[in-house]
Amino acid sequence: MFADLRSSAFICDLIVMKDKIRIASGQGFWGDLLTAPIDQVSKGPIDYMMMDYLAEVTMSIMQKQKMKDPSLGYAKDLVPLMETILPTIMQKNISVITNGGGVNPEGCRDAIFRAARKLGIRGLKIGVVLGDTLLGRLDELASKNIELRNMESGEKLDQVRDRIVSANVYFGARPIVEALRQGAQIVITGRTTDTALTYAPMIYEFGWGWNDWNKLAVGVVAGHILECGGQATGGNFSADWKSVPDLAHIGFPIAEAYPNGEIIITKHEHTGGMVSVQTVSEQLMYEIGDPTNYITPECIADFTTIQLEQIGKDRVKLSGVKGKPNTEFYKVSMSYADGYTAVGTLTYAWPDALEKAKAADQILRTRLSDLGLKFDEIRTEFLGLNSCHGPIAPMPDVINEVVLRVGVRGHDRNAVERFGQEIAPLILTGPPAVTGFAGGRPKPSEVIAYWPSLIPKTAVEPKVHVESV
Amino acid sequence: MKVLLIQLAHARSGDKGDTGNVGLIARRPDYYPIIRKYVTADAVKQHFAGICLGKVERFEMPNLSALNFLLHESLGGGGTVSLKNDAQGKTLSSALLRMEIEILEQLSLK
Repeated sequence: MFADLRSSAFICDLIVMKDKIRIASGQGFWGDLLTAPIDQVSKGPIDYMMMDYLAEVTMSIMQKQKMKDPSLGYAKDLVPLMETILPTIMQKNISVITNGGGVNPEGCRDAIFRAARKLGIRGLKIGVVLGDTLLGRLDELASKNIELRNMESGEKLDQVRDRIVSANVYFGARPIVEALRQGAQIVITGRTTDTALTYAPMIYEFGWGWNDWNKLAVGVVAGHILECGGQATGGNFSADWKSVPDLAHIGFPIAEAYPNGEIIITKHEHTGGMVSVQTVSEQLMYEIGDPTNYITPECIADFTTIQLEQIGKDRVKLSGVKGKPNTEFYKVSMSYADGYTAVGTLTYAWPDALEKAKAADQILRTRLSDLGLKFDEIRTEFLGLNSCHGPIAPMPDVINEVVLRVGVRGHDRNAVERFGQEIAPLILTGPPAVTGFAGGRPKPSEVIAYWPSLIPKTAVEPKVHVESV
Repeated sequence: MKVLLIQLAHARSGDKGDTGNVGLIARRPDYYPIIRKYVTADAVKQHFAGICLGKVERFEMPNLSALNFLLHESLGGGGTVSLKNDAQGKTLSSALLRMEIEILEQLSLK
């Protein structure tokens, strides 16, 4: 399917290769700052905008939404956002690449086409990437001896097979590049690696080879920097958070990429936040494992080869990145139902705030035990004292108030629900000076557990469809 | 002399399942040999007693003057399984920065 890609990209490159492209980060997660993508397309020049919507359990939430309504199952925020920015991206010829299609990229595309028609837009091409879902293929894969064992614990899939809610392959940049090659201005994928959303346009625009490991790797590194939005430009910055200017108007990161593999991380002028070696370094360290083997579908990047240099205000240059050949596997992300949790909180005030909170916890546990309720875990934390640093945090002598937070997890939904009914009575039947029960009874929520595994690349094939309105 | 790690380094943390990762970055390149020498996997495991129930792995990244730590079995099961307020280990970074180390070198800290 992609056999001709390199040669055709090469021809393209001879005709109209751009001398640089600017790829902007628009969303770092489903629920991120809604003004960020609007700022990115309007406050300065960009060629592409990537938007990451999928965390590990997001696909299971979307799968449930699709089961209730077959037209849903994608990041619904995308539709009003696209309606807002479509006129701008059409006028400025900006392309948008997102994994917000979730478990229904076609439904997402149709909703954006409807928005485009409403705006009177003609000629917009949207590409969708399909083929990542394995939910209907589990028996077929099992019959081919593709085991999908848990890659961390080594356990067999049988144990959770009948409780699986979602199962998706992480595709990389190849199908996105294919959609761009077919003229798509918006590319909507399902499960795709976050980093691919950033480096796919570099491969497409500059005709980088699929075995040019060092260039692919620098693209991956840029992708890792962009995939969490403002976390690269001064958000959640631990070195000196007070020095970060105007976080209220934080500019999200932009990767300025050149054909030779040079990449500069920057942001729009006249936005808040900052881009420094320190802000970029913190993001590079975020959620990585062995830094010498950062595995993606296209290559393995070695994060110990990354060199960062401040070359101007809010401009950090990436260089020296080395890559290695890819593996024969795609990562698979599955989720399965695994019981219920509920969490309740109460606030206790001076005097003896902590002693009272501890006493209330004991009373609650006694009542749960008297009722014969069984849980897999009951966890008590004291917010304000130890919920973040646990036993590392020294206890102050006197505190003004503390939040008692009790959570339970179990497979008996009724027991978890009953726990929620036992919290409120503590206000009138426990220690004094207690408040903070405005939200009603805690409700059981379903636990969606995560099952990571690997699948041979030969067992799945991404499909790309490009259509225009 | 005794120093608090926050004087020498900054950090960011996150999660992968039940494993927390903490990236520890020296505030200046010349502090890197010090954190490399004293902030060992064993020292970090001891610091996180009661939080990290599994092993601690350490990876060196001299190019960024940084160390990456993986704290296994630290997040109460991780993801939506965990009952922790900080189920994603976002504050493990600042928990590491309050570690105190006794160093032989003399430093003039600002």
